[in-house]
Amino acid sequence: MTSKDSSTATGFGRVLIAVYAVMALGATARSLFQIATKFDDAPVAYLLSALAGIVYIVATVALVRSGAVWFRIAAVAIIFELVGVLTIGTLSLVDAVLFPADTVWSSFGAGYLFVPLVLPVLGLIWLYRVRNPQENR
Amino acid sequence: MVEWFVGVQVVIAVLAGTAAIVVGLAGVKPNDYTLGATLLVEALLVVQLVMAIIAPAFGNVATGSGLEFWIYLVSAILIPPAAVMWGLIERNRWSSVVLGVACLSIAVMVYRMSQIWFVQLA
Repeated sequence: MTSKDSSTATGFGRVLIAVYAVMALGATARSLFQIATKFDDAPVAYLLSALAGIVYIVATVALVRSGAVWFRIAAVAIIFELVGVLTIGTLSLVDAVLFPADTVWSSFGAGYLFVPLVLPVLGLIWLYRVRNPQENR
Repeated sequence: MVEWFVGVQVVIAVLAGTAAIVVGLAGVKPNDYTLGATLLVEALLVVQLVMAIIAPAFGNVATGSGLEFWIYLVSAILIPPAAVMWGLIERNRWSSVVLGVACLSIAVMVYRMSQIWFVQLA
């Protein structure tokens, strides 16, 4: 973060923020519904879904804000999402009872058109490019 | 929900979304066409809202969770206006892509709403 105008919220970053905002809304609202109506069906999965939703919110805010601290928060949140979708995606295939099909990360995010799998990868690529501006357009 | 109207809604949202992303990536700023298409998607959602309110009175009720359906519908209605405001405030190509992302999100959400309304696998 040597250059002052290097920011995660310009250009393609705008699109990333929009997608993160939609995912934050979708995942959080849905997990709250699931926790409110059928929590006992799969408590672990629904709590993890809620956590994923909250981390999406954190990532959205962190991408909007500028500065080194927010950059780091964004990176941590995005890596968390990537680890989450890979771990839970795998576990959901192994143990369908613990992780039913309707959570954010189940089957690598298939219920969300694999956006939860693709988004963290794009996010990390974006953060890397912001940090190394010579590669920017 | 009425099945043919859901179809119309999804097709228009997909077309509007794809077009906005394509012209956005080509460098076009949000214009009357992309903003208008997004507002059309919003208008159809409002029609859907009215239909969802009156449909149960005619025996057309959701087979799935009504609460889940309404969470989707209310969330969906918030998205296009946010994208349009974004497109009016920030005049660059990426705002066109954001409009497209919003419209495609609506297509997915309306499809999910139709599943909640019509299809219950469990």
